[in-house]
Amino acid sequence: MEPSTQKLIHTFGALADLGQEVANTGDFNEMVRTSLHLLLGTLALRRGAVAECNQVGTLGCVAIWGLNNTLLEQFSVHDEEKRTLLAAEIPALLVRESDDPFIHRHYDLLTGEGIELVVPMIVRQDLTGFVLLGGKASGEEFSAEDFETIRAMVRHIGVGIHTHRLIEQVAQRAEENRRLYEELRAIYRDTVRAFAAAIDIKDKYTQGHSERVGRYSEIIARELGWCEEEVEGIQIAGYLHDVGKLVVDRNIINAPYHIDAKSSSELNRHPAAGYEILSPINHPYADIPLMAKYHHERLDGRGYPDGLTDEQIPLGAKIVALADSFDAMTTDRPYRRRRSFEDVIRDLRQNSGTQFDPKVVVAFARAILNEVLGNSKERRIVKILGKGYLDGERVPLLLADLIAELDGRLQSTAAGG
Amino acid sequence: MDISSGATVKSHCVGTTAIVYARDYLNKLTGEKIERECRRQLDSGCRALVIDFAETELVNSIGISILLGIIDIAEKSGAQVVFSDVNNQTIALFDMLGLTRHVALARNEQEALSTLSGFNSTPTLN
Repeated sequence: MEPSTQKLIHTFGALADLGQEVANTGDFNEMVRTSLHLLLGTLALRRGAVAECNQVGTLGCVAIWGLNNTLLEQFSVHDEEKRTLLAAEIPALLVRESDDPFIHRHYDLLTGEGIELVVPMIVRQDLTGFVLLGGKASGEEFSAEDFETIRAMVRHIGVGIHTHRLIEQVAQRAEENRRLYEELRAIYRDTVRAFAAAIDIKDKYTQGHSERVGRYSEIIARELGWCEEEVEGIQIAGYLHDVGKLVVDRNIINAPYHIDAKSSSELNRHPAAGYEILSPINHPYADIPLMAKYHHERLDGRGYPDGLTDEQIPLGAKIVALADSFDAMTTDRPYRRRRSFEDVIRDLRQNSGTQFDPKVVVAFARAILNEVLGNSKERRIVKILGKGYLDGERVPLLLADLIAELDGRLQSTAAGG
Repeated sequence: MDISSGATVKSHCVGTTAIVYARDYLNKLTGEKIERECRRQLDSGCRALVIDFAETELVNSIGISILLGIIDIAEKSGAQVVFSDVNNQTIALFDMLGLTRHVALARNEQEALSTLSGFNSTPTLN
């Protein structure tokens, strides 16, 4: 085989390998190191380095072979030198012959290390970096063919570095956006909680009610297997479910006795009013206005404002409805003390299927039972309800019975059709 | 004669000469293993390296670069390098790229060892 043919085959093989390497975005430093090896091996060069231009004008070492590892720390590139290199469009600078200002300023350093050739990596009119080369094993001068090979291979490496930079920038921006989004969500949550506190302040007997309904709703949704985003959404819906009370007369809300029909009708406006308040807001979670609107609907159609029945009521609204009623039953009101847990269980059993969705009641009962039995890490419901409320010996049994009974009802309903 | 397969590259020592066996294809993966083995042998006191290419059919660009690196390391350690049993195609490649200016070639391992014993009376290879 003719030496020229053999050289061509050797060079083509290296170019093919280089193409594969550059396309490999897995390990950037390894990609550049291998690419440098390929370039050095193609021309049998004993020394080489790939340097990346940093924004501050210093050169960062990406790969180095046969040279002092700290060599590139002594290099820098000034803006004027960059402009000259970009304007000159010279593919490779022979150190001993070039009058380029960058070469001139680093001449002693370059010749001292045996670097004979400096190749600027220019991608899209930007100086990405340099490839430094030297020590041809044959001892020959660089030929015109060598320059062509170097130019082609350095361009590949430059594009690889440029692409890597772009990917890094995109990843950085995505990370910044993610952080901003998280911050916005946190601000949104804090604002909603503050708003919930403001709603509850209007009702002196139910302070903390919205916060508790938000927490219970979150716990039930989690027990039902909702995803994290949906769980956050239902928590927000819980915080805001009574926002419509802001438009109800404070005297009606704070009446220390059962209110008359007229006042009751006024109070019953609050779910629809809440919907009106929440609808224009672009919430990061779905259906929050609907959950507020329908949290007083009942499965049997006797709820308000629209008298919806079972399947017509969104599951989120059913969850908030149970959380709301549970908190009402387990907190003191102006006209009564809070009910015993046994009494609450009795209410849930009686009203499951008419007022409450049995699936939702089962989920909540399971969550409470897990806390009572110590199966869950957190004891959030126990903490909200306060010391002693769930301490009775019969509590686990009551919950287990309720779950069994409602599960049975659900199974027979499913079997029936 | 001590035979070891340190880092999956076969090698053994004859006196202070290490004989390292290249695989069928000298590329990045196998080249780096040979380089590591050569470094290890030099660090443990070998004064000469024989890299045997009897099984090697092909050497790619990275392989060339790694071989040049081994030559550099050996030179810095004051050690000699001989390539043995290199096929004709690879000899032509080494010639074309100038590697043969820096290493001696031997037909086989025995000739490589003889060449190296001859070097003992001539201090430098190049």
